[in-house]
Amino acid sequence: MAFVAPKETFSGKVFEVTIGTDKAISFGGENVLPFHSFEGTVPHRPVIAYEIQDVPPEDWPETVRSVYEGVSSDPVSWARFCEDKLNAKAIALRLIGTHPDRENKGPEEAKKVVSDVLSAIKVPLIILGSNHVEKDSEVLVAVAEAAKDRNCIIGKAQEGNYKTITAAAMAHNHKLIAMSELDINLSKQLNILITQMGFPKERLITDPMCSALGYGIEYTYSVMERIRLAALTQNDAVMQPPLLGDVGTYVWKVKETQASETELPSWGSLKERSITWEAVTAAAMLVAGAELLIMRHPEAVVAVERFIDELMQ
Amino acid sequence: MALTGVEIFKLLPKTNCKKCGHPTCLAFAMKLAQRQASLDQCPDVSEEAKRILGEASAPPIRPVSFGSGDRTLKMGEEMVLFRHEKKFVNPAAFAVEIKDTESDDRINSVVEDVLSSEIERVGQKLRIDAILINNVSGEASRFEAVVKNVSEKAPNVPLIIATGNPEAAEATLKIVASRRPLLYGANKDNAEQMANIAKTYKVPLGVKADGLEALSSLTEKIKSLGVEDLVIDSGAMKAKDIIEHNTLIRRAALKKNFKPLGYPVINFCQREDKILEALIASLGVMKYSSIVVLSSVEKWKNLSLFTLRQNIYTDPQVPMQVEQKVYKIGEPRPESPLLITTNFSLTYFIVSGEIENSKVPSRLAVMDCEGLSVLTAWAAGKFTAAKIAQFIKESGIENEISHRELIIPGYVAILSGAIEEKLPGWKVTVGPKEANGIPAFLRQRMS
Ligand code: B12
Ligand code: SF4
Repeated sequence: MAFVAPKETFSGKVFEVTIGTDKAISFGGENVLPFHSFEGTVPHRPVIAYEIQDVPPEDWPETVRSVYEGVSSDPVSWARFCEDKLNAKAIALRLIGTHPDRENKGPEEAKKVVSDVLSAIKVPLIILGSNHVEKDSEVLVAVAEAAKDRNCIIGKAQEGNYKTITAAAMAHNHKLIAMSELDINLSKQLNILITQMGFPKERLITDPMCSALGYGIEYTYSVMERIRLAALTQNDAVMQPPLLGDVGTYVWKVKETQASETELPSWGSLKERSITWEAVTAAAMLVAGAELLIMRHPEAVVAVERFIDELMQ
Repeated sequence: MALTGVEIFKLLPKTNCKKCGHPTCLAFAMKLAQRQASLDQCPDVSEEAKRILGEASAPPIRPVSFGSGDRTLKMGEEMVLFRHEKKFVNPAAFAVEIKDTESDDRINSVVEDVLSSEIERVGQKLRIDAILINNVSGEASRFEAVVKNVSEKAPNVPLIIATGNPEAAEATLKIVASRRPLLYGANKDNAEQMANIAKTYKVPLGVKADGLEALSSLTEKIKSLGVEDLVIDSGAMKAKDIIEHNTLIRRAALKKNFKPLGYPVINFCQREDKILEALIASLGVMKYSSIVVLSSVEKWKNLSLFTLRQNIYTDPQVPMQVEQKVYKIGEPRPESPLLITTNFSLTYFIVSGEIENSKVPSRLAVMDCEGLSVLTAWAAGKFTAAKIAQFIKESGIENEISHRELIIPGYVAILSGAIEEKLPGWKVTVGPKEANGIPAFLRQRMS
């Protein structure tokens, strides 16, 4: 029996998305399953954005908080540090301080932070709200305007607030993250609702909702795989935006990234353990289909970049 | 690819003699196709038909195992490419490499790491599964000494004997064949000799070739020599090649019923950078490796790998669940606190772990919600006030405790009034939202 490689080609393809202006970067565009360059084209590597926030990261565990000591009290110096010292290819600014249960900062303050950060960096910016449905629709509308002409990604639009956020992203020419909760049908429905408002599907990014290793990652993994299969095999256009894995925020709240080695000797060194927890979560998201990741620890980012190197060449 | 009823019918005697207990040969063929009958029920079937039917009904990826006793490692038998279609069957085994050129001290310390690698997570015991001993020295005598030492120090751990030297293979198998190690193995230059050794010592054989074409011809050749329990290595080392080769192997086996590649796969994932090694090993776990070879087994790295494997190999249709009952944590007395949660394994293990951490003896009532987490179960109408009240009443817990207070998860605080209504005489207390708040919460109540 002679071996014939059972290669598969697809009619569908993932949309290619370019963000930023000065140091613009593109991702997506492949017509095959993740890293299957042996049977199609994979024009871009996935992009990893460094996460920063508008308030000091007091809620981040020590291992990752200490990396940004001295810069994280101010979002501008934090962003510069990521761009200059860590060679970030993109930055994700989470406006967590606008959450009503946190500092409850207003849209004006958020706008200022966004403008300041944008004038300090050249790499593309992803602007995230605090994930509070009502507050986000106020805040993101304000910052979309402050960031106009910079080709940012705004997010996240959810079922409860997509109308205002979509309108703002559309008016100011940004890309938009559409987030639903771990269900392929809900994800598809939200993308349809957003495109029905006239928002071009080529400018969308789908967030099927991330989860950390050990805390439901298998759900995200399978939803991503199913979305990607629908995009390729059924050539379903609303399933074709690139996928986001918002990794850091889920990883750095689980016990494995916080418990000390004295408390749990059988888990080994906290530093390596927590960095690996973030890196493995990110690797799983990439293999399932994510083209854009948001991460926190530089050593995890470096390891994942090397992993991508090995997968691409 | 299984045969259809009609295809099977063509191979039967077509006499309708009914000896198989079915009215006609066709009826019997239909039952065979649905795997509701077995071929030996027909006494008159030809040898030729037996051979064809036997081959067609064999699983597309051959089941192969190595090791012995309760630590036997099963591989192969996978039926799908994507885990949402159907549960992945046999979890990838993690093996650590020991080179026979390393010092005895280093070798002993790696064996020690393997022996102490076991941890429990969500009720499963997870560990480094096997040790691969690599004959890097090329010498038979040193290799033999290392194999002997490792096999004595780790008497139950499945072994992989890695040598291309037939002499070294025989020498070591004389010592450890009864443990059914995997002999890795055969290549284009030593295939006959290795196949003979595998046959003599009744061990599975690892087969390595450069690329999938060469690998297919080599497994066919070895099969024709009478060895069928194979584990295959396409030579893929880089992540790009691992994903390509493993995907093509799995597709060829499942979609084309291509037998020469229908075997479990071994991947070598060692890297200088240990975090990168964890990522390459993760790729193996996700993309169809049956054996993932590592260079070291630090506890922090194991934890991520064990967890990923557990996640990828869970049944996508049936969430992992625990039995519905009132669990005792510590040695609770009648006045000890009573908490309630759902029977999703992850939820149960996190919550019971935190109650343990609190050192406050307690009872945890775990309610059957079809394995859903607290909020998912609540949203799906399975963790409602009425159902909770009914469960508490029927559990008989009222006879065991001296108080009438139920602590509920903070995320379902909204249920507290309704539960009190449905459980007259009871007081409902809202606990913290996240389980990691439980120790402080319980301890504070004590003071
Ligand atoms: C994975 C998931 C699913 C999986 C199911 C996984 C499972 N086995 O349960 C799937 C995809 C099937 C699913 C389906 C649905 N889901 Co769902 N799902 C999730 C998700 C992402 C994670 C849930 C999880 O595993 N958590 C981990 C476990 C350990 O958490 P937990 O059980 O709550 O336990 C924690 C605490 O509650 C606390 N705790 C637990 N017990 C106790 C006890 C005491 C005494 C105390 C003090 C504390 C405590 O400790 C634990 C750790 O801190 C959440 C969102 C999220 N990120 O949380 C949504 C979520 C729970 N789902 C939701 C919904 C609405 C649904 C659906 C109804 C909708 C749909 N998509 O179709 C369905 C219903 C399913 C059905 N059968 O009908 C909503 C619930 C909304 C709400 N507030 O009511 C959520 C919150 C998402 C959202 N924001 O919309 N879901
Ligand atoms: S026993 Fe065999 S030959 Fe007889 S009816 Fe059954 S299948 Fe046909």
